[in-house]
Amino acid sequence: MPGIILVSHSQKVAEGIKELLEQVVGDVTIEAAGGDDDGGIGTSFEKIQTAVEKASAEDGAIIFYDIGSAKMNAEMAIEMAGSENVRLVEAPILEGAYLAAVEVSVGKSLENVMESVEKQYG
Amino acid sequence: MKFEAQHAVQWIQKANDKIQEHKDELTELDRKIGDGDHGINMARGFQEAADEVSAGDLSGVPDVLKQTATTVMSKVGGASGPLYGTAFLKMSMAVKDEAVDYKQFVGMIEAALGGIKQRGKSEEGEKTMIDVWSPVYEAMKDADDFDAALIKDTASSSMEATKEMTATKGRASYLKERSKDHLDPGAVSSYYLFEALSETLKEEG
Ligand SMILES: Nc1ncnc2c1ncn2[C@@H]1O[C@H](COP(=O)(O)OP(=O)(O)OP(=O)(O)O)[C@@H](O)[C@H]1O
Ligand SMILES: [Mg+2]
Repeated sequence: MPGIILVSHSQKVAEGIKELLEQVVGDVTIEAAGGDDDGGIGTSFEKIQTAVEKASAEDGAIIFYDIGSAKMNAEMAIEMAGSENVRLVEAPILEGAYLAAVEVSVGKSLENVMESVEKQYG
Repeated sequence: MKFEAQHAVQWIQKANDKIQEHKDELTELDRKIGDGDHGINMARGFQEAADEVSAGDLSGVPDVLKQTATTVMSKVGGASGPLYGTAFLKMSMAVKDEAVDYKQFVGMIEAALGGIKQRGKSEEGEKTMIDVWSPVYEAMKDADDFDAALIKDTASSSMEATKEMTATKGRASYLKERSKDHLDPGAVSSYYLFEALSETLKEEG
């Protein structure tokens, strides 16, 4: 079952969304990669890289991200890991991740979830 | 001259010295049109990068730049982390020889510029660091040998030119027209990188 990775400039935003999703879909793997290395506002390549490498070794994941460098760091992490099963999708981070979590929980494949999110928000 | 590993090390050390010295200035610029973290980001990452390359046992230009790339990528943070990280990574991948001649060096700068554009999905004229890297590359391409003054002067005037531009990429783009009349922080830190390069070359004579 693919996971979901949340990349935000705020640790609280990423963890808050994770909490919100887990309340609905307990069995989906959701990784929060929010804030800089010290938990301040910013992005941490290392946190994102760790989440991507972990997902890459398992069933893959879809990454949702917020402003600015969140996307750049996520793209770089995917390239460095050379992973084919970790994807980026452009959607509002909360709504997009919510839709994806529900789809994953009903057994949809990575490709199918990507399609649904892109159709809804692309 | 040939640009050797020791020059690459000096470049990174000098760049770090300049960034530490101008940390507050970079942060202040970013406070005006961004989120005020550029100086802090750069100072943290380049201190680590300078420490790493100074620790020794890196035998060629590609190794020094690769090490710099890895550290910058993971320690700088913000947008400038992936952008400068990609720039140094592409430079390290552009050559295989331990020491590089002028033409190879120009090829490295070209690769870095391409990497930044690709990572940032941006072009010239968007009020970013590209507006320093691109003119420096163009000037170097038209020269026949390392020219310390040319690098510094081109970086300086192109950094100044970002003042008139309206940002269409990065945090500053949210300000639209109000991003005008301010220097772009990433263009200013790029100027310091090239000033450091220029001084490294000058010492070599
Ligand atoms: N898409 C982009 N393409 C090229 N350069 C960019 C881009 N986005 C930002 N920059 C450069 O990065 C500089 C800002 O770097 P900084 O480290 O402050 O990142 P940031 O904007 O705070 O990152 P974040 O997106 O995490 O808030 C800008 O001044 C600009 O030169
Ligand atoms: Mg900033």
